[in-house]
Amino acid sequence: MGEVRTSESGLPIEPLYGPQDLESWEPAEKLGEPGAYPYTRGVYRSMYTGRPWTMRQYAGFGTAAESNARYRQLIAHGTTGLSVAFDLPTQMGHDSDAAIAHGEVGKVGVAIDSIEDMRVLFDSIPLDRVSTSMTINAPAALLLLLYQLVAEEQGVGADQLTGTIQNDVLKEYIARGTYIFPPKPSLRLVADIFQYCRAEIPKWNTISISGYHMAEAGASPAQEIAFTLADGIEYVRTAVAAGMDVDDFAPRLSFFFVARTTLLEEVAKFRAARRIWARVMREEFGAVNPKSMMLRFHTQTAGVQLTAQQPEVNLVRVAVQGLAAVLGGTQSLHTNSFDEAIALPTDKSARLALRTQQVLAYETDVTATVDPFAGSYVVEKMTDDVETAAVELMAKIQDLGGAVAAIERGFQKDEIERNAYRIALETDSGERVVVGVNRYQLDEEEPYEPLRVDPAIEAQQAERLARLRARRDQSAVDEALTALQKAAQGADNLLYPMKDALRARATVGEVCNALREIWGTYVPGDTY
Amino acid sequence: MPTETSAVPIRVVVAKPGLDGHDRGAKVIARALRDAGVEVIYTGLHQTPRQIVDTAIQEDVDAIGLSVLSGAHMTLFADVLRLLGEEGAEDITVFGGGIIPEADIDALHRMGVAALFTPGTPTHVVTEWVRDSMRVSGRA
Repeated sequence: MGEVRTSESGLPIEPLYGPQDLESWEPAEKLGEPGAYPYTRGVYRSMYTGRPWTMRQYAGFGTAAESNARYRQLIAHGTTGLSVAFDLPTQMGHDSDAAIAHGEVGKVGVAIDSIEDMRVLFDSIPLDRVSTSMTINAPAALLLLLYQLVAEEQGVGADQLTGTIQNDVLKEYIARGTYIFPPKPSLRLVADIFQYCRAEIPKWNTISISGYHMAEAGASPAQEIAFTLADGIEYVRTAVAAGMDVDDFAPRLSFFFVARTTLLEEVAKFRAARRIWARVMREEFGAVNPKSMMLRFHTQTAGVQLTAQQPEVNLVRVAVQGLAAVLGGTQSLHTNSFDEAIALPTDKSARLALRTQQVLAYETDVTATVDPFAGSYVVEKMTDDVETAAVELMAKIQDLGGAVAAIERGFQKDEIERNAYRIALETDSGERVVVGVNRYQLDEEEPYEPLRVDPAIEAQQAERLARLRARRDQSAVDEALTALQKAAQGADNLLYPMKDALRARATVGEVCNALREIWGTYVPGDTY
Repeated sequence: MPTETSAVPIRVVVAKPGLDGHDRGAKVIARALRDAGVEVIYTGLHQTPRQIVDTAIQEDVDAIGLSVLSGAHMTLFADVLRLLGEEGAEDITVFGGGIIPEADIDALHRMGVAALFTPGTPTHVVTEWVRDSMRVSGRA
């Protein structure tokens, strides 16, 4: 018999599990039925036996026109939901012609400065028939409103729109770094979005509470779900404090996790997360609507586990990671392209990533039965163990005063960075095997030509902005921005004056700057 | 072992230029350099090339390590090198890391970037390079 191994969360994995490991384990309490409390086995009764998960590939680069072409191609290849990547200036609320945007325009996603770019981005894509996920956080309200405005132009009512905005600014402070405003006004904006969507865009997922980026920054599986669910609790508290009934907004909350190559612990993680969230919503917040207790989530395969060395090997890693997400009961999945550690995906690598999901969905038998690992000695034991570890970490955050108070003390970031450093040292020493990197290397790597973004895009976007500013009614823009600033100083919902400003063709950067003047910006106490 | 390294520690600014928020690599390298006895000043996120160069000069460092994963490396490395030149601070070595395609690495070397470390590089390779090249430069 081999030795006891340690899992990514630092928990023991025994060489053998048996009935004795589940002696006091009650299936009725721990599992329940699929589609019923505590949702360990999945949020829907039939899961993939009815239809597979949504295959949602994150894509976008360069100009709106180029990204539009990529989306149309993905739809033609069978993708079932769009996922928009914005460039960093857009994500940080800067226009393409801002000094700080220099060199970044169109690089990691599409540049959207105004309604005019958004119109091009969704040209000939019927917004009543696709669901669109937008990875946008601090300026999430703006991009959602631009989407709504474009839909209105297409003749599509807001009540027909489906999709998700990431809108999870707390994890930006912890891991991803694209924050703008301090926590307090940021949380107010989140509550305003919940309220606005309830009234205007009822089928929209108002937030995607994300552990993915924490995992990419180094969080263990237990840390990932603990910190994410603690963020979720903070959002629910904020909305309740703003006067909303928990069952009025909680059904539209969604989550976003990573899938690593350590398949067993990942399956356990997803199952544990569902169980914790259901309990928190029912016990702590008194939710009555079952939909408020269901942890619905998107998964992306772990980009950080992909290697620049022998990049084709990443196809295999992604297949294993994707399988973990499916066995864990994900609602939608992005599989990374094999060239992720080198550059943005090419057309071919993006297609192969989607094909990987199609093989899982249509060639394997894992979709034939719900929650295939239920009752497995090891997976049930690990589900309990990950749950216990996560609940302990959540209690620590609670003791610190909740997620925001813990963020302000740097608690989560510090925990994650220590884990990242440990992983780096284990990889250096060879204790942690990374195929092609510290074992089975090639003497000479084959050359690889990645996709490149045309640097001329920055100048093109600047020209578009100059034309926009010359043609629009500037006094209407100024008036709308002043009205928005006034609202930001009061308590009215900000999305209505924001929509007026965007309709008058104010830019994303202008709207964010108007709010920066009122709210200031977040400056972390950053150490290492 | 040369004794001068312990007498006058090497000082390095580790910086995240531009809007990229991915700081895992920067933080791991900052910790590894610190554990190797290097004095590290970490700038935090969202620094302009001007801010980074000003910090490097004020802190009297031997080198600047830039981490870029957003694809903006050609612009950001060039701006830092240009500003160092304008300030007469060419003696500060510039190195870096991130997601940087092979072809750009050659161009960046020609531009004056002393070394680039891409994903998969063991941390000791970076720390040893910093110690060795700073010793050669005569500062340490």
